[in-house]
Amino acid sequence: MTPGEPLIRWDWLLAHLGDIALRVGQHLVLTGIAVGVGLVLSLALGIWAARRPGVYAPVTWVTGVLYTIPSLALFALLVPFTGLSLLTAEIGLVSYTLLILIRNIVAGIRAVPAEVRESALGMGCTSRQVLWQVELPLALGVILAGVRVATITTVGLVTVTALIGQGGLGFFIVDGIQRFFSTPLIVGALLSVALAVALDGLLVRLERLVTPWARR
Amino acid sequence: MGATVEFRHVVKCFGSQGPPAVNDLSLLIPPGNICVLVGPSGCGKTTTLRMVNRLIEPSGGQILIDGQDVMAVEPTALRRRIGYVIQQVGLFPHQTIAANIATVPRLLKWPDERIRRRVDELLALIGLDPGPVRDRYPAELSGGERQRVGVARALAAEPPVMLMDEPFGAVDPIARTRLQNEFLRLHREQRTTVIFVTHDIDEAIKMGDHVAVLQQGGLLAQYASPEELLTKPASDFVARFVGADRGLKRLALATVADVELEQAPVVHENQVLGSPEDGLPMAGAKYRLLLDGEERPIGWINTLRMPAGERASRGAAEPSSPLLSCDTTLRDALSMLLGLAVQTGVVVDDGGRYAGVVTVQTIAGVLRAAIEEGVPSPAAAGEG
Repeated sequence: MTPGEPLIRWDWLLAHLGDIALRVGQHLVLTGIAVGVGLVLSLALGIWAARRPGVYAPVTWVTGVLYTIPSLALFALLVPFTGLSLLTAEIGLVSYTLLILIRNIVAGIRAVPAEVRESALGMGCTSRQVLWQVELPLALGVILAGVRVATITTVGLVTVTALIGQGGLGFFIVDGIQRFFSTPLIVGALLSVALAVALDGLLVRLERLVTPWARR
Repeated sequence: MGATVEFRHVVKCFGSQGPPAVNDLSLLIPPGNICVLVGPSGCGKTTTLRMVNRLIEPSGGQILIDGQDVMAVEPTALRRRIGYVIQQVGLFPHQTIAANIATVPRLLKWPDERIRRRVDELLALIGLDPGPVRDRYPAELSGGERQRVGVARALAAEPPVMLMDEPFGAVDPIARTRLQNEFLRLHREQRTTVIFVTHDIDEAIKMGDHVAVLQQGGLLAQYASPEELLTKPASDFVARFVGADRGLKRLALATVADVELEQAPVVHENQVLGSPEDGLPMAGAKYRLLLDGEERPIGWINTLRMPAGERASRGAAEPSSPLLSCDTTLRDALSMLLGLAVQTGVVVDDGGRYAGVVTVQTIAGVLRAAIEEGVPSPAAAGEG
């Protein structure tokens, strides 16, 4: 950073508004794809694991190991196979959502009271109807709590993917570091945090909206 | 509209070893009857119940509903025709009361309008006001209300058979009595065939048209009417399970309407005792029952404390007798009399008007008749 330079140069900010909007959009898309794909995979694995206790341990072990690999290392390891691509970024981002989401899905389904499941079956619901009309709606609160954590984690991780040419707001952070220029660095970091807080707030609203029975 | 349910040599074994949970059970339940399965824990009563809707599959034998083997029907189709109520109710917490009750009609794809009409009809039937209750969630109701909604949900698609597993086991004794009476009233209107599981012999005697007493190992110890169970227990096990006080329990089978009421000397409000309009001599009876202008009892007047020529008034009456109605069981009547340490209970009709009195002696007479019919005295049974 050049001495005497202000922390934020507002003229740069104003000149790059279009660019900033583009990166915010990109950041949202990267996060959305990661959480969306992660949720679909986790639902499949989580429902399977909730039904069969034997499946749960290996699934959490594998996703747990994935979760502990440092993100930088994971992206670097993937580059030889999938290049500096969106795919590389998403493989990494998705793998980090799995542990959180699967755990919450399994916990949510397991928390459905036995008598509720029993009466649903006893009245002639098929096991698919029990899952979609009883177990998942009741697990929704816990599942969405998992989605919130996964989303916040992913918003942070997306910035790291700037190193492999993706990155959304991470682009500004990397740019700022490379040029010893604080303005984009701060803009990238602050907007990334703001994005996480905003998404979290939206998800809390969604959670209330879809679980009206829990409010009264 | 109820169906005949028949168990033919039904066996259930869990695992390959160990004694069977249900052993060669044969029962015939006539349409529209309430059959209670009762027994100590581990007697296989819940297992028996759950085999009817195939939540558990029998290892041998047959269960027939109107002659059709349940194993020949696809389980979900079978269950939609059988009402199911469990102790913990199991309402769906995320659905409104209306949606809960509509569960089976929805599975059967009834038109919306028919479902809506049926839900309101059932809510009224169980004594809940459809307007405010329809859109509530189960968590907003009391335990007793939830239990009623559970029954309404089971009745929704007018099933010919209903299974109830300790349905009133989780509510307090006062609410339980009310729920039992309500269900009996409901059953008189619906005439569904009901199989009812309980571990409480008193509940079995009260609710059952027939009672099947099961013992450990899923053996049927006796299948009889409550009356016969109490007068002619088939084995020592049944006699012990029914209890040493089964003579007393028999009183629960009869109501005040079943005995001949006695008439107490009455006097109407504002009449002068011993006057011509009263029609009874002043010294005729120590106690006179005071009635108001509409024949409703007020209390007892002690004639010895009434100065001659005085008009009978409310102030002079002692309201010490319990009021009984015609459908009060003799058992309840006796315990009310003993509880208040009085000899006489006043019986009123549906409009609250005086109908007669029941005395401890009358009830004792019924008890004596029961004993003479073959029930050993409580002392003798207690030794056995």
